[in-house]
Order: sequence, then C-alpha cells, then structure tokens
Amino acid sequence: MSGHVSARQTAASRKANTQWLRLAAIWLVLLTAPFWIVHLGGYTALGTRVLVLGLAAMAFNLLLGFTGVMSFGHAAFFGLGAYGAGFALKFFTNSTPLAVIAGTLLGGVIGALLGALVVRRRGVYFAMVTIAFGQVFYFIAIRWNSVTGGDDGLRGFSRQPLHLGPWVVDIQRDAGLYYYFVLACFAIAAVLMGIILRSPFGHTLIAIRENERRARFLGIPIELHIWLAFVLSCVFVAMAGALYACLNDFADPTNFNYNMSGTIVIMAVLGGFRSFWGPLLGAAIYVVLQDYLSSMTQNWMWAVGLIFVLVVLFFPRGLLGVFDRAGKSAEEA
Amino acid sequence: MAQELLFNIFNGLIIGAFYVLMALGLSLILNLSGVINFAHGTFLALGGYVAYTVEPYIGFWAALLVAPVVIALFGLVLERFMIRRLYGRDPLYSLLLTFGLAYIFQDFMRSVWGSNGLPFTVPEFLSKPLSYEFFFLTGYRVFMMAVVIIAVGGLFLFLRYTRMGVRIRAGTLDLDTVSVLGVNVRGLRAFNFALGIFLAGLSGVLAGGQLSLQPNMGDGLMMPSFVAIIVGGVGSLPGTLLGGLLIGLATGVVTMFWPAASEAVIYVIMAVVLLMRPRGLMGEEGMMT
Repeated sequence: MSGHVSARQTAASRKANTQWLRLAAIWLVLLTAPFWIVHLGGYTALGTRVLVLGLAAMAFNLLLGFTGVMSFGHAAFFGLGAYGAGFALKFFTNSTPLAVIAGTLLGGVIGALLGALVVRRRGVYFAMVTIAFGQVFYFIAIRWNSVTGGDDGLRGFSRQPLHLGPWVVDIQRDAGLYYYFVLACFAIAAVLMGIILRSPFGHTLIAIRENERRARFLGIPIELHIWLAFVLSCVFVAMAGALYACLNDFADPTNFNYNMSGTIVIMAVLGGFRSFWGPLLGAAIYVVLQDYLSSMTQNWMWAVGLIFVLVVLFFPRGLLGVFDRAGKSAEEA
Repeated sequence: MAQELLFNIFNGLIIGAFYVLMALGLSLILNLSGVINFAHGTFLALGGYVAYTVEPYIGFWAALLVAPVVIALFGLVLERFMIRRLYGRDPLYSLLLTFGLAYIFQDFMRSVWGSNGLPFTVPEFLSKPLSYEFFFLTGYRVFMMAVVIIAVGGLFLFLRYTRMGVRIRAGTLDLDTVSVLGVNVRGLRAFNFALGIFLAGLSGVLAGGQLSLQPNMGDGLMMPSFVAIIVGGVGSLPGTLLGGLLIGLATGVVTMFWPAASEAVIYVIMAVVLLMRPRGLMGEEGMMT
C-alpha cells in the first residue's frame, strides 16, 4: 500500500520537476533570444513579432483552449489595441507604457460590450457572430478617413524612450531594448493568465469546457463566466495589438481583418491549444515561416493556406498535442 | 429625389439578391453539416473565372449554366476528400480548413488569371438601359434579378416537393433520425454541399457580368452573407432569404444618405436583432445556439 503511494508521489514530483525544467527552458530561450536570433539568420524585430503574436494567440487560447468557446473575431480587439495605442501616442501622451495601457483598456471595454451580445451563442453560431462583429471595426478603420487614416492606416506616431527615474531606456532606437520591453509586458500577461487559470475561476472555466450542462446544474453562472473569460481574453489580445503598433510605429487596418483572426486561431491550433505554451510555439513557427516565405516569393499565400489545411487534416491537436500523446504512451509503456 | 430613392432601393435589392444567393448556399451547408464554408467567396470568384474562360467557346447562356456545374463538381471532390472528414468534429476545424482553402484558391486564381480585373462581357441586348427615365434599369440588372428569383424559387420548390429536398430539410432538424430511417446521409450531405457551391458559382457568373472579375471579388460578399444568416435566424432558409434582402435594402438606402456607413449599417442591424430577438427573425428557439 505505502509502496503504491510513494511510487505515485515520485511520479508526481517527477512530473513537477519536468514542468519546472520546461518553464525554465522557455524563459531562458526568451531572455537570450536577441543574442542568438541574428546568428540564425533572423533579426530582432522578428523575435519581437513572435512574442507579440504569441501573446495574442495565448490570450485567444484562454477562450478556445480553456473555456471551449471559439471566437473568430479576435482581430477586432488586436486592432483596437493597436489603434488605441496609436491614438494615445499621437495625441495624448509620450509615454509608451501609458499608450500600451490605453490600447489594452480600449480593447477590453469594447470586448466587454460585444461580449455581452455574444455570450449566449455557442459553437458555430458563436464563431459566426464574432466573425461578423469583428469586421465592423475593419470598416470603421477603412471608412473613417479623417480620424483613422483610412486604407493607409494610422501613422505619425512613434514609441518613446522609457524614463525610469534618472535613467532613460531608449526603446525607440534600440530594437533589442524594445524586445525586452515587450518581453516584460509578455511576462506580466503570461503570469496573470497563469494565475487566472490556476484559480478556482480558471478551474470553473475548464469545467464549462468539459461539460457545460453539468456545470450549469452545479449552479455555476455559465454566461457570466464565459463573458469574463471573453473580456480577459480581449484585454490581453488588445495588449498584444498595442505592442504591435508600437513595434511598427504604425497601426494597420488589416490588423482588424478576419484574416488576422484566422492567423491568431491557426497559431493557437498549430502549437497546441490544449496547452498553455502551445500557442507561443505555434506563433514562433508561423511567424518565422511566413517571414521566410514572403522574402522568397510574392505568391506565399497558398503556402500559408496549405499550413491551415495540413494542420487540420494531420495535426488537429497541434504540435504539442502530438508530443504530449507520444509522452503519455511512453509513460504508459 | 424620388428617382434617386428608387435607384438606391433597386440597387439595394440587387445587392441583396447576391447576399441571398451566397447566404442560401452557406446556410444549406451550415444547417445540414455544421460547416461554415469560409471558402464560399472564392467559389464565387472561381465560378466567374470559369465562365469567363469557357464563354468564348460556348457562349454566354451555356456558360451561365456550365460554370456553376463545374464549380459544384469541384466542390463535390473537395467534400469527398477533405470536408467529409471533419463532419461531427469541432466546427473549429472545418472553419480553419475552408479558411486555408480560400487562401490557396485565391493564389491559384491570381497566378492563372492575374490579379487585375478582367471584363466579362454579357450579350449586347442585356447591357442597354430599358428606359431613359429609369437609367439604372439596365437589361442586365433586370436579368440578374430574374435569374436570382428563378434560382431561389427553384431551390425552395426543390426543398418542398422532391424527396431529396424533404430529406435535406429533415436532416437539418434531426440527422440521426433521418439516418436511422435508411437515408444515405453521406450522399445527402455531399449533394447538399454541391448544391450550396452551385449557388456560389451562379452568383459568381452573375457578378462577373456586373463587376469585373477579381480573385478577391467574393470577399466583400462573405461577411454580409454571414450577417444575413444570423439576422434571419440560423437554421431557417426563409429567414436567410429575408435577412439577405433586408440588409441589401438597408445598404442601398443608407448609401444614399451616408455612404461611409453603408457597410457598418448591416452590423448595427445584426446587433439590434441579437439584442431584441437573439434567435434571429425567423429562427427557432434552441436551433444551433
């Protein structure tokens, strides 16, 4: 009897150990990226883009992977974050962190309003309503020329150096320093999302994902939980959008387009949407591949499309899903 | 003023007719198979290009029929080898797959026919205005409306009076029971998919005569078609018809007074419908929610 218990305990502690190792490895890679990415033929801004889009995909995954709800309109909130940060820098403030916060809040507030309209929908219907609502902001960005810059996007702002007491950190000129600024924001967001998912609230979301009817019978207010998850997801996606606008010093109306929503979804699925870090892996692969393809040829859209098709037909659980399954069968053997 | 209003209403009806054709195809596939076909807009464009390619050999009238059939057969092949594998799985996958297919088809069209607009010529007698007072009533526009009315009427008669049509409608309500009663559900879904794609191809040929052919010509029609389905009520084809005409009219009328808002207005309509009547105008409680 006691032998069983101790065996189980060692298995559990081994699992905890590998989790710590995995976590340490992820952060080590992220922290050192600017030093080796150039030697591998990349450039620093590419690493920043991976972080930003990875954050967007992880935030989206709060809904898809951990609540079991499929939003196909997250580009709206990504774009709102981008335009929010752009407006803040252009008209109101010369503080980059304040601009990021402004964009994040804008996305969160609009997400709260739209979320209230969609939380009662499920499955295909939820996806359709979010797709359609996502496009509203695209049309506003294109049509409201005088404010948004229309087709050309929002220009005329740039991220500003950080002033930390007596020190000035010039994230404006130094791409490497901006990478670390984004990494700091990413870390805050990732830790917050991790805390949320480990909290009783997070476990309730997973209960809803696994069996909504049962959760409802247990007295859980389902709509409220899905709404909260939706808003949180929008907040972090908007944060990614704000960081993206500051990366390019430019807010692009195509950030709002449903193609962007599709990109966010495929990154999460490609990496593995049942895992917390999967979407980051997916974003890394997607961003690097797209960057490489678009530098090789103008006709790279079909290759991106092919990624979608191959993932759906052959890796529906994503890359981490494949590894996890392999790991599990290895453990069982 | 009155003439201008009439002009915009008629324009709205034309736009609405396209929304209806697209949305009915999407709706058929969604209702029976739970698949959101994101590639529907590219099937439309493919239909236009196929018609453009075969028209010099067989003429406009034959192309009008042949192109949609070719596209429908192509859809049948896709259904057999890709879409079918995703039935019963999370709608996420069919959405992503058709999303990817749309990318691939667009690049394909761009490399074969180029990305510049190609003119698709319609017979001479169709392109003249019918009267000077109502200059907007060109023969082709009236002809388009007639074709759409025939196609939609035919579809509803087919669903009402043929065995296959009744089975499709029954399958929308309860596919398991239909299957237990001995209907070949695989064949039914394949046929239904091809039928939806046929409608997309038909709208492509019609749209080709009005606008110029471009690989992304269907993109602008996708979102309004989604909205038409949601406004009309998911699961209800008459609802889709009503929703399409409604948002088409709204687009036309708003274009007259505030052109910049002509796209946004349909989303306002959708928000209002979702607030006041979440299941949609003609949707039934509990369908697909």
